[in-house]
Amino acid sequence: MKKITGAQAFIEALRCEGVKHVFGYPGGAVLDIFDVIMDAHDIMFVLTRHEQGAVHAADGYARASGKVGVALVTSGPGATNTVTGIATAFMDSIPVVVFSGQVSTSLIGNDAFQEADTVGITRPCTKHNYLVKDVEDLPRIIKEAFYIASTGRPGPVLVDIPKDVMRGLVQFRYPEKVHLEGYCPTYRGHRGQIKRILSTILKSRHPVIYAGGGVILSNASAELTRLARLLNIPVTTTLMGLGGFPADDPLWLGMLGMHGTYAANMAVTETDCLIAIGARFDDRVTGKVDEFAPRARIIHIDIDPTSISKNVQVHLPVVGDCGNVMRDMLEELSGMEREIEDLKRTVRPWIERLEEWKRDKPLRYDKGTGIKPQYVIEKIRELAPEDAIISTEVGQNQMWAAQYYKFNAPRLFLTSGGLGTMGYGFPAAIGAQVAFPGRTVIDIAGDGSIQMNIQELATAVQYRLPVKVMIINNGYLGMVRQWQSLFYKGRYSHTSMAVSPDFVKLAEAYGAHGIRVEDPGDVEDAVRKALSMEGCVFVDFKVEPEEDVYPMVPAGAPINNMLLV
Amino acid sequence: MNERHAISILVDNQAGVLSRVVGLFSGRGFNIESLSVAPTLDPTKSKMVITTTGNEQVLEQIKKQLNKLINVIKVVDFVDKDYVEREMILVKVKAKEQTRAEVLRISDIFRARVVDVSPVSYTLALTGDQGKLRAFIELLTPMGIIDFVRTGTIVMEREMQSRKRSDQ
Repeated sequence: MKKITGAQAFIEALRCEGVKHVFGYPGGAVLDIFDVIMDAHDIMFVLTRHEQGAVHAADGYARASGKVGVALVTSGPGATNTVTGIATAFMDSIPVVVFSGQVSTSLIGNDAFQEADTVGITRPCTKHNYLVKDVEDLPRIIKEAFYIASTGRPGPVLVDIPKDVMRGLVQFRYPEKVHLEGYCPTYRGHRGQIKRILSTILKSRHPVIYAGGGVILSNASAELTRLARLLNIPVTTTLMGLGGFPADDPLWLGMLGMHGTYAANMAVTETDCLIAIGARFDDRVTGKVDEFAPRARIIHIDIDPTSISKNVQVHLPVVGDCGNVMRDMLEELSGMEREIEDLKRTVRPWIERLEEWKRDKPLRYDKGTGIKPQYVIEKIRELAPEDAIISTEVGQNQMWAAQYYKFNAPRLFLTSGGLGTMGYGFPAAIGAQVAFPGRTVIDIAGDGSIQMNIQELATAVQYRLPVKVMIINNGYLGMVRQWQSLFYKGRYSHTSMAVSPDFVKLAEAYGAHGIRVEDPGDVEDAVRKALSMEGCVFVDFKVEPEEDVYPMVPAGAPINNMLLV
Repeated sequence: MNERHAISILVDNQAGVLSRVVGLFSGRGFNIESLSVAPTLDPTKSKMVITTTGNEQVLEQIKKQLNKLINVIKVVDFVDKDYVEREMILVKVKAKEQTRAEVLRISDIFRARVVDVSPVSYTLALTGDQGKLRAFIELLTPMGIIDFVRTGTIVMEREMQSRKRSDQ
């Protein structure tokens, strides 16, 4: 068999993994791979304008499509620029493989030009990482990287490839299987435990399902929906779980937590049986941990044993893929019609009480004179196609999108939940648009966040990616300002964004389109126009500057202690 | 509440694995009291023994996280087990005319070995569990300790105990 270079083997390995798109940025240490990629016409390379953008794009691509996102960057600054993107994917369990160039093995540790200890720097924010020291290992390591990223609880994997490894020769043989003795995720839940949780659920009076991003990662929305409807159990989800259960279903309570709905937060506080599925009891969800679901038997279904009883003591854990576990639950329930009918009867008063909460304390905002951010989101929801993909930045724009954009299906909402990365939304939208060129992709942005990766305008224009960026422009770092207003005596220390570029002119300078909206009456037309225009569009909504996100649970308070409008 | 834990960790014998393991402790502000690492009979694997003291819940989380590391094959916490433990010390003690005999006598009582002698010092080697080593050091301190080095703890479960367990 003919020997090929490490760089060629790299491309062959990507082909074996079925990779069609790579996001990245070239540099000295990866020139050999870029030289090969130029001729690999079956793999589309997307040149972002910053390595952080490349990883967010790969992340958005992965969230929207369910496939592994791939990024390729150079050594040193190229690699360090990916850290925020990797940490973002790590916190939200997104399957991404990042390949970084490295200086030649003979130079490693010598403070060579553009050298950084990439494996050391990314160790705490990757699921696993590799430094390839021998070209012979390269195919196996790439195989393992994709396997680890996409199985179990998914996450980012980094592969650091020194320049001499790219140039070394290898007989390319791609392994069919991986052999990792220390890695064997549990996919099937323990059947006896599943029976026990069902008997607890069937005996409960006020059950509620609290679902998280795990439901989306394991493609288990259909199972969740069937289970909830079969047993008539109301559902709330985390930020990451939005779309995992249809928002137009009568059992839907809305998101829970710091900016959750009144009904969801009250339901979790009052429930006697909390069924957590693919969620991790994040502090933004639980508020004061001691008073979270105080009356409940807590059931927790999760593929990651470290999530169980980490923040909140769980009574009935099941380790397994939540899709598998819910399928097993449905199977067990198939012979239990009588018990199911009994449960449905028992929970009726509970459901009625929740209906009352939903009716009496819905999400609401006062209609003012200027443009209300919530109104902009509602209009986008109304006018965008049902399968539109929505990404967000971080802060108020993100919370309003989560509250007011009613997601009916999974993989339509891309947001940085765990790390809370400003600048995530635009490149993530670019990644999603690459995955689905024919669909509408919208980034709901803030005037602060959008400036953190605004250079990706060039990427959108270069590849004709018609991402629509809806800037909720309030002239502030709105969420931080909101905290300052509520908890720091209104002292707005450095949260004013009064000096910002003219976003319309800026978009036009890059060759995109810009629309400015200053009157509430123009919102609908502007959204309609942006959605119908070809190419990337920035819409600059000059909204009321001091609108706050409500409900809000002050940090550290129990979640039934909500500030309402 | 904070008990001392000896945790043995079977890992792939590869560069960087120790950093991954240690990172889980240091990232949570846990001090590693002692550490010993060496290849097993299978040279592709290493066994680490870490001793640490800390909050039960946090340690439980660390053990789960250790299990989650790709290069970690097995984690055993010895806290609830019956086990033997050994450490080894090398200690260089002043050997003045009036104390030479006393140093040797103490060394004899503890079954330590003299591994180096000079006109002004003895170097002694001793293995044992923590209590024995502590007593030895206390007795030698008045003689004047010049240098001191100590290995990490190594542990092994007692066979009778494991038999009983497997019978049940």
